[in-house]
Amino acid sequence: MRIAFVIGYLLLAPFLGALIDGAERVISARMQRRKGPSLLQPFYDLRKLFSKQMIAVNNAQLLLNLSYLVFLVIAGCMLFSGSDILMCLFILSLADMFLVIGASSDSSPYANMGAGREMLQMMAYEPMTLIIAVGFYLASGSFQVADIVHMSVSPVVFMPGMLLGFMFTAAIKFRKSPFDLSTSHHAHQEMVKGITTEMSGTTLGIMNIAEYYEMILILGIFCLFIINENWWSWPIAMIVCLFILFLEILWDNATARLKWQHLLYGCWLVTLLAGGLNLLILMLIK
Amino acid sequence: MGVMSKSPWLLHYDASSCNGCDIEVLDCLTPKYDIERFGIINTGDPFQADILLITGGVNSQTEPVVRQLYSQMPEPKVVVAVGICACTGGVFKECYNIRGGIDTVIPVDVYVPGCAARPESIIDGVVKALDILDEKRKLFKAEKKGR
Amino acid sequence: MDLIPILIAVPAVMAVILPLIRGAKVRGIVVYIGAGCIMALSLITLGVWLAGGAQTLHLYVHTELVDHAMTLADLFLMCLIIYMGVKYRRILVILLSVAQTGLLMYVEFTTQMPETYHMMLDGLSMLMCMIIAIVGSLICIYTVGYMKGYHNHHKEYKDRQPFFFSMVFLFLSAMFGLVLSQSLIWMYFFWEITSVISFLLIGYTQTDEAIHNSFTALWMNLLGGLGFSVAIALLALNTGSVQLSDAIVFGGALPLACLALAGLTKSAQLPFSSWLLGAMVAPTPSSALLHSATMVKAGVYLLIRLAPAMHGNTVGMTVSLIGGFTFIAASMMAIAQNDAKKVLAFSTISNLGLIVACAGIGVEETVWGAVLLMIFHAVSKSMLFQSVGATENCLGSRDIEDMHGLLLRLPKLTYIMGIGIAGMYLAPFGMLISKWVALRAFVDSENVLLVIFIAYGSATTMFYWTKWLSKLTTQHHARVAVKDVTGRDEYLSMFVHAGTMLLMCLLFPLLATKVANPILEQMFGYSYTVLSMNVLTTMAVMLVSVLIVPTIMAFVSRMARKELVPIYMNGVNEGDNRHFVNSMGGSTHLYLSNWYLRFEFGMRHLMKPCVYLSASLLIVVFCLIIGGAVQ
Repeated sequence: MRIAFVIGYLLLAPFLGALIDGAERVISARMQRRKGPSLLQPFYDLRKLFSKQMIAVNNAQLLLNLSYLVFLVIAGCMLFSGSDILMCLFILSLADMFLVIGASSDSSPYANMGAGREMLQMMAYEPMTLIIAVGFYLASGSFQVADIVHMSVSPVVFMPGMLLGFMFTAAIKFRKSPFDLSTSHHAHQEMVKGITTEMSGTTLGIMNIAEYYEMILILGIFCLFIINENWWSWPIAMIVCLFILFLEILWDNATARLKWQHLLYGCWLVTLLAGGLNLLILMLIK
Repeated sequence: MGVMSKSPWLLHYDASSCNGCDIEVLDCLTPKYDIERFGIINTGDPFQADILLITGGVNSQTEPVVRQLYSQMPEPKVVVAVGICACTGGVFKECYNIRGGIDTVIPVDVYVPGCAARPESIIDGVVKALDILDEKRKLFKAEKKGR
Repeated sequence: MDLIPILIAVPAVMAVILPLIRGAKVRGIVVYIGAGCIMALSLITLGVWLAGGAQTLHLYVHTELVDHAMTLADLFLMCLIIYMGVKYRRILVILLSVAQTGLLMYVEFTTQMPETYHMMLDGLSMLMCMIIAIVGSLICIYTVGYMKGYHNHHKEYKDRQPFFFSMVFLFLSAMFGLVLSQSLIWMYFFWEITSVISFLLIGYTQTDEAIHNSFTALWMNLLGGLGFSVAIALLALNTGSVQLSDAIVFGGALPLACLALAGLTKSAQLPFSSWLLGAMVAPTPSSALLHSATMVKAGVYLLIRLAPAMHGNTVGMTVSLIGGFTFIAASMMAIAQNDAKKVLAFSTISNLGLIVACAGIGVEETVWGAVLLMIFHAVSKSMLFQSVGATENCLGSRDIEDMHGLLLRLPKLTYIMGIGIAGMYLAPFGMLISKWVALRAFVDSENVLLVIFIAYGSATTMFYWTKWLSKLTTQHHARVAVKDVTGRDEYLSMFVHAGTMLLMCLLFPLLATKVANPILEQMFGYSYTVLSMNVLTTMAVMLVSVLIVPTIMAFVSRMARKELVPIYMNGVNEGDNRHFVNSMGGSTHLYLSNWYLRFEFGMRHLMKPCVYLSASLLIVVFCLIIGGAVQ
C-alpha cells in the first residue's frame, strides 16, 4: 500500500501538478475576463523547455537544481509513504536551501535578490509548518503520517486554526500573490524572474517539475487535515484541497504583491494567532 | 503546430522608440487581445525567451544591449521587429545616433510595420514568427544530431 | 584512576613551561607535544574507564593538602582581580570577587564537612573530558599557525604569544578539573580559574575596547561565581555537605536557583549575553576554545547536571524559558550581523540557549537532546571559528560581505566552513536531529511557549546560515586573487575537525546509543530509548543521500553539453560578470549584498528589550524563591 502511494506520487505528481497548474492558469484568465491558454499549456511549456539549447551561466546551477528536485521528491515520498512528517518538513526546507544556493550561485543581481527573498519566505512560513507537525503529533500521538491518517476523527477537528494558518502561508509555497516575492510566473516585474532569472531550458524545466512535486506535497499535507480512518474522508479531502486551491487562485487575483515586511510579519502574526493559540488549546484539552 | 510554437515565450526590448509601439505591445496582454491564449508569456528574461520582440530603431547606446540580449537567448530563437522604426529606422533614420533598423545589428525574422503598430498586426507578426520558430527547431535538431 | 591528576597536571605544567620558551619554533614543537600528550592521556583514561566497565567512579576522599592549596589559589585569584580592578578602576569586580571569596572562606573555615569523595568520573564527565581534550588540543595546534599569521597581520598589537599559550593550556587544565569535580568547592575553584583566564584572554590585545569587554566578561562571570558561592554556603548550612549530588537530591529552590544563575552567566544566556559578544575581540583560538567549544559548555554542563533536580519546578521552568527565549532572540540578532565572528557568537548563544532550555525541562528526552547538541555544537562551532579566523588572516577581513565567492578564492577553507555551517542546521546532520528531539520533548512536557520559540527560532536560524552559505558558494571570480596563508598547523586541526564532524554524523546511531543513552542511565537510573533504531538508520540513510545526491547530480550535469553565457544584467553586462555599463557609458563594479534586516532584527533594537525582559524574569523569580525560602 505504502509502496503504491510512493510510486503513484513519483509518477503522477508531475502530471497532476502540471494539470492543476494549467487549470489554475485557465481559471485565473477567466477571473480576469480573458480566454487564457489551453489546459495542457504547462505540458507544452515543459516539452519546449527540454528541447531548447542548453545555456547556463555556470556549471553549478544545473546540479543544484537537480538536487533541489531530488530532495523535494524524497520529502514527498516520505509524506506519501507514511513516515515522519517532521522529518519530511525538514527535508523540504533542505530542498529549498538547494534552490536558494542554486539561485545565488551565479552572482547575478536579480537571481540573488530572488534568492534573498526566497530565504525570507522560508523564514516566514517555516514556523507554521513546524507548528502543524506538532499539532498532528498532539492530535494523533505520533509524528508518523501512517498513524495520523488512521485517527477516528479528522485532525481538522482539533486543529482548525492551524488549517487556516497553513492556508495563509501556503500561498508562499504555491508562489501566489500577495506572497510571490521571490519569483513570478507571469509578466514583467521589478526583478525580472527573481530566483529563476538565470535558469533556462532544461534547468528551468527541472525547476518547474520540482514545483509540481512540491505542490502535490503541500496538497498532501492539506489532505492530512481531513483524512481519517473512514474511506469517505478521502474524497472529501480531495474536494477540500480543490476548494483551497480555488481560494488561493482567487486570492492571487484579488491581491497585489506585498512588501517583504508585510509578508514576514503577516505570516508570523497569523502563525502565532492561528497556530499558537490552536496549539495552546490543543495542549490543554489533550 | 509544433513543439516550439505551442509555448513561445517572448522578451520585449525597447531599443529607442517614442514608446508608441511599446504601449501597443503591452496592449496585447490585456483581456481584449490576450496573447496568453496562444501560450505566449511575456517573460522579462532572455534565458527563458524564444522570441525577441524589439520596438524602436537601434542607436549607438542600445546596440550592444540588443546584441547581448540576443546572445543570451538559447537556440532556437526568432526576432520580431515591431513598428516602422524597428524595421528601418523610421523617421529617425537619418539621426546622428541611429544605426537604423534592428537588422543592422542582429538578424530579424519578421517585420511588423505600423506607426504605431496595431496590436492585431503585432499578434499577426508573432504568430508568423511561430512558424519560423518551428522551422528553426528542425534545423537546430538536425544540427545537434549532426554534431 | 591515577590518570586523572596527570590529566589535570600535564596542561598545567605546560602552562608553566611555555612562557619560559622564547623561540617560536621550539614553542610550536612543545605545543604539539603537549597537545598530543593531552589527547593520548584522555584516550587512555577513556580506555581504562571503559575497560573498568564504564562505572561511575568516586575518587579522592582525603585531600586536605589540595584543599589548602586551593584556598590559597582562590585568595591569589581574588588578589589578582583586586589588582586588576584597582589598576583599571573597576569597583564592581572587586566587590563581587571579595564577596564571593569571603563567603567561601567563611564556609570553609566554619563548617565541618563530612569526609567524602571530591571527584567523580561518569559518562557525562568523560564525554566532557573527551570534548575538551580533542577539541582543545586541536585548537592548541591551530593556535601555533594562527598566532603567527595574526601578528603578521596585526602589527599594532604587542606580541604576547607565550602568555597566550600558557593561558590556553592552563585553561584546559581547569576545564578538566571542573568537569571532574564533584565537590562544589573544587568546582568553584576551577570555575573561577576559567572566568579569570577568559578575562585575561579577552584583554589580550590590550586595546581600550578589549579591556572594556574583558571587564564586562569578568563582572558577569563573577556574578555567576557569587551565585555559586552563595549556593555553596546555603547547601553547607542546610545539608552540611557541598557535594553536587547532594545538592541535586536536596533540591532546595534557592541553592538550585543560585547554581542555575552561575550556569546561565557562564553560558552567556540573556541577560548576560553581552559578555560573549564582547569576547569576540580576542584572537580567534580563544574564541573557538573558550567562547564556543568548551568554557561556555561549563555552564551548560552544570545545568545538565542539575537537570534532574530542575524537572517540574519553578527554577527549571525559569531556566528553560530563559534558554528558549535566548535561542530565538539571539538567532534573530544574528541575522543583522555581517561580522562573521559576531554571527558565530550569536549562534553560539542561541544554541546554548537551546541546550539550556533542554536542561531546564529536565526529563530524559531533553537531556538526551542536550548532550548530543553539546557534542555537535562543540565540534562544528570550533571548526567554524577556526575557518573564519584563517579566512580573516587571508582576506584581512572577517566581514561576510567580503566572503563573496570565497569558494573560488579559498576553496579549502570554504569547504571546511561549509561543512561546519551544514552541520549547524541542515536536515540530516546531528544538530537538527537533536533539535528535533528537543522539539518533541518540549511538546511532551506541554510547554507551548518553548514549542513556539523553537518553531520561530529554527526559522531565523535557517535564514542567517543559508545566507552565509549562499554567499560563500557564489561562483564569482573576484578581481584580485587571494593567497592562502593558512598554515599547516591550522589545516591539520581543521581537517581533523571536519573529519570528526562527518564521522559523527555518519555514526550518529552509534553516538546516540553508546554515548547518550549510558549518560541518561547514570543520571536517571534507568535506560531510555529516545529515538528508535529505525529512525536513526533512516537518518543515516538521509545523510548519505545528502552527500551522494549532489555528487551524482554533479556528474549528470557535467555530462550535459552546455554553453556558458554571461549573467543577465539587463543586457549591459560587460562580459566578465563583474562590471556593467552605467547610464553614463562608464563601467561600474557590481556589488551584491546580503540581507541583514537591520531595522527589524538589529542588535540595537532588540538587545535592550531582550535583556530587560529576561533580567526582570530572573529578578522576579529570585524574589519569589527568596520569599518562599524566608517563609
